[in-house]
Amino acid sequence: MSDDVTWEMVIGLEVHCELATQTKLFCGCRNAFGDEPNTNVCPTCLGLPGSLPVLNAQAVELAMRIGTALHSEIKPSTFARKNYFYPDQPKDYQISQYDQPLNLGGWLDLPDGFRVGITRAHMEEDTGKLTHIGGSGRINAAHHAQVDYNRSGVPLVEIVSEPDMQSAAQARAYASELRGILVATGASDGRMEEGSMRVDANVSVRPVGTTEFGTRCEIKNLNSLRSLGRAIDYEAARQIALIEGGEKVDQETRHWDESAGRTSSMRSKEEANDYRYFPEPDLVPLAPDAPWRARVAEGMGPMPADRRAELVAALGESATTAEQDQIRAVVDLGLDALVMAAVAARAPAALALARASNEVAADHEAGLALPTESFAALVSLEANGGLSATQSKAVLAAMLTNGGGDPAALAKEMGFEALGAGTLTSAVADVVAAHPDEWTRLVEGDAKLQGFFVKAVLDATDNKANGKEVVAELRRLQA
Amino acid sequence: MTTAGDADVHAFLLLLRDEALAQADAVDAAVAQGRDPGPLAGVPVALKDNLCTRGVPTTCGSKILDGWHPPYDATVVEQLRAAGAIALGKTNMDEFAMGSSTENSAFGPTRNPRDTDRVPGGSSGGSAAAVAAGFTPISLGSDTGGSIRQPAALCGVVGMKPTYGRVSRYGLVAFASSLDQIGPFATTVDDAALLFDVLAGHDPLDSTSLQAPSPSTAPNVGDGVEGVRVGLCADLIEGCAPDVAAQVYAAAEALAAAGAKIDEIRVPEFAYGLSAYYLIAPAEASSNLARYDGVRYGLRVDADDAAAMNTATRTAGFGAEVKRRIMLGTYALSAGYYDAYYAQAQRVRTMVMQAFDRAYLSVDVLLGATAPTTAFALGAKIDDPMAMYMNDVCTIPSNLSGHPAISVPFGVGTDGLPVGIQVLAPALEEALLFRVAAAVEAAAPK
Amino acid sequence: MSDSDGLTRDDVIHVAKLARLALSDDEVDTFTAQLRTILDHAADVAALDLAHLEPSSRPIPIENVLRPDEPRPSLDRAEVLAAAPSVEDNRFRVPRIGGEGP
Repeated sequence: MSDDVTWEMVIGLEVHCELATQTKLFCGCRNAFGDEPNTNVCPTCLGLPGSLPVLNAQAVELAMRIGTALHSEIKPSTFARKNYFYPDQPKDYQISQYDQPLNLGGWLDLPDGFRVGITRAHMEEDTGKLTHIGGSGRINAAHHAQVDYNRSGVPLVEIVSEPDMQSAAQARAYASELRGILVATGASDGRMEEGSMRVDANVSVRPVGTTEFGTRCEIKNLNSLRSLGRAIDYEAARQIALIEGGEKVDQETRHWDESAGRTSSMRSKEEANDYRYFPEPDLVPLAPDAPWRARVAEGMGPMPADRRAELVAALGESATTAEQDQIRAVVDLGLDALVMAAVAARAPAALALARASNEVAADHEAGLALPTESFAALVSLEANGGLSATQSKAVLAAMLTNGGGDPAALAKEMGFEALGAGTLTSAVADVVAAHPDEWTRLVEGDAKLQGFFVKAVLDATDNKANGKEVVAELRRLQA
Repeated sequence: MTTAGDADVHAFLLLLRDEALAQADAVDAAVAQGRDPGPLAGVPVALKDNLCTRGVPTTCGSKILDGWHPPYDATVVEQLRAAGAIALGKTNMDEFAMGSSTENSAFGPTRNPRDTDRVPGGSSGGSAAAVAAGFTPISLGSDTGGSIRQPAALCGVVGMKPTYGRVSRYGLVAFASSLDQIGPFATTVDDAALLFDVLAGHDPLDSTSLQAPSPSTAPNVGDGVEGVRVGLCADLIEGCAPDVAAQVYAAAEALAAAGAKIDEIRVPEFAYGLSAYYLIAPAEASSNLARYDGVRYGLRVDADDAAAMNTATRTAGFGAEVKRRIMLGTYALSAGYYDAYYAQAQRVRTMVMQAFDRAYLSVDVLLGATAPTTAFALGAKIDDPMAMYMNDVCTIPSNLSGHPAISVPFGVGTDGLPVGIQVLAPALEEALLFRVAAAVEAAAPK
Repeated sequence: MSDSDGLTRDDVIHVAKLARLALSDDEVDTFTAQLRTILDHAADVAALDLAHLEPSSRPIPIENVLRPDEPRPSLDRAEVLAAAPSVEDNRFRVPRIGGEGP
């Protein structure tokens, strides 16, 4: 690699999000994954002669929520035909939005505060599913193909970002945050692996300090955040190597091969189809007025960024890096309601956060079903000294398995009791007396030995002692 | 009514004998049980072959759909059944409704019952001829640039195009989506109004269908034209043959005698309608006909790969006129030409719509010819597309604006062949349209 | 695409390809001549100064036509596949796809 030029990446993401509606975008066929092929079809989504589209109100609602969450301007919009021949496209045109999309502009802030611009987020219909038979199942070597139109007509929102991202990490953070938003709005279940959220990356490189865009390639077949990151790094390196080797980057679409760890050319974007977009004559304009837009906005719950901010505020002081990670994890998994319930019950936020991001997160499906009052009661119990950390974790595990329960009652069943204050003082005194050398070294400043004494007290009390209280008692004795 | 004699006319592509008998039985049963059999109970109706009929072949006059049985009925077909009408058969048409003579059918032309060496007009030639020949009292056609009104004029029957959105297009195989409308053929204005009333109304399956309920027109057809301001439109007369023009003036005089107020009016913008139409309609058609690709239904000509299969299928399955219009439309939409052709044509459309609005400030209806000549000979214009397109010059403006219009037989030309008078009304004014049409009909030379 | 003299043979070959139509050389000639005549006639439209007018894509202005998100019966699969030129595994079978997707 040349050491004259430092390169930077320019990355934009296009995300196609399947909307979680009951029925398809333009007809009443079920929007369902995994049904028997060609059983959810009708004249409209099969493109039969004489069929016509009628717009799904819930798809519009969800598309507007996405626009609201991305701070887009929700505008009067029209539908357009994108004309091209392909067997998975039953009308040989796709109904999409072109020069007048529903959501225009906007932004998405990454958790670290970096702002990625949004170009647009428009509505369009999905295609059917192709299966290539023969060869390795890849399109190029196949003998023939089969088409299932169950997916044809499923509602999509295509979200196009500005090319503001500069690293694989930022791209991953964007995709992750966007997924959280899509789930929070109810628009989608955000499952990349299942195809309900499909991410394509547009990648180019340029020398640091320049503003002209280099030739970009579109990368497809990214089925996870990990693939997204790997593919971007690979592609950027590939382009840099080409340019430094005196060659040009061809503008094209490339396919990411996860097992091989490389992108390969699919087709040249220069031979791109002339889509001959024109206004869809079978549909009328969609123009949500201000009261309609307000209703959508008011009906939305908090977005991940809002919920993270709430947790930070609940901590009452600036969050440590570790706590920021905990907060991100908890909101990502949808467990923040538990933490906020504990806070409302006057339990310490940091403790609630710790329990939620560790113990509950380990079994987060159960965590989502856990009644918030049970969790709040448990955290309070631990915070007030009624249970040690170890005991608390055990009770929590039981509650997750049982789907709830009264923590005090469970603790009693499990034989946990709070250590009386007197018992604790004497237990500490006993241990100190039994280890005079270590005690001298601790008093003289060897702070590492604190852990030794805490462990010894826990062992002596069958883990019933509260670690923090032991530390406090040790300090009191040293004072 | 009998269809003997259709061998000469070839109005029908398919006769539904068994189904018709079964439907007739159903009507009898309803009556016997005291149920209302519907306003068209027992009345035979012929259906243009671009209307989907479940389980019954629907070809659109094309080889590419030869043998295709739709799995669903068009909304109008369901409406007719509910009204007790009896579907007699599917009628011949120009392929995919593209034509003005029915000579573009892949299954042979239809002949004008009044003179079988002449065309019946098109694209709904079969439906017009079926009524003119007495095979059926009523039939349905579709009108995109005049395809109901022009054949009605050439065959000497009544043919009407409703306001765009009055009648559901669900199940009408699309030619040009922003222009297509289904409408009635009949021997009298009364019957046309009755049939229109059955078809008109909102359909939730058609987004372009008007929400406003359609008031009945049939009861008031005979209300007369006292005080109605009629605009005798030179731009719908001047380009026509003199014998046709003469009948238009005669019809105007008849309306004046019946109490209407006749004024001459010019709407010069109409002259641009033809060119705009022959950019807009093919553009939409090029997209609407892309779905005929050999994948899901209809003709397939096999090839090594899917794209080659598409091409082989479409090349074999489409006739020359359809190919011509698909290419014209593709060109008008293509990169670099969209603004000069398609977008410009849509601006002309706005201009024509505004011209109509201005005209209707001073008159209530417009009067003119339907077609520039009487029926021409088979083969006379088939090799000259532009000459063929000129047949639509009087009918196209109403398609661009979406307004209702009707052709009423009135007299004959010097060759003894029927002439049709056209009445045009503002959007949603079908009741007025039928009243004026009835007055023209009442005064027609017997 | 050239526009120096109006529609050319190359233009016709190009749009035929876009529209998946195969034309013989004779057909290209005939169609070129016919389409040129039609487009010449449309020159009167192209020449108008209509910049002050909005293009109308529909005749009657309607907005916001929606339907509720409620399932309606789908078609019977057997009836759908019975119309198909080629069926395999309850899917529509097509020849191999050359890879030139959207």
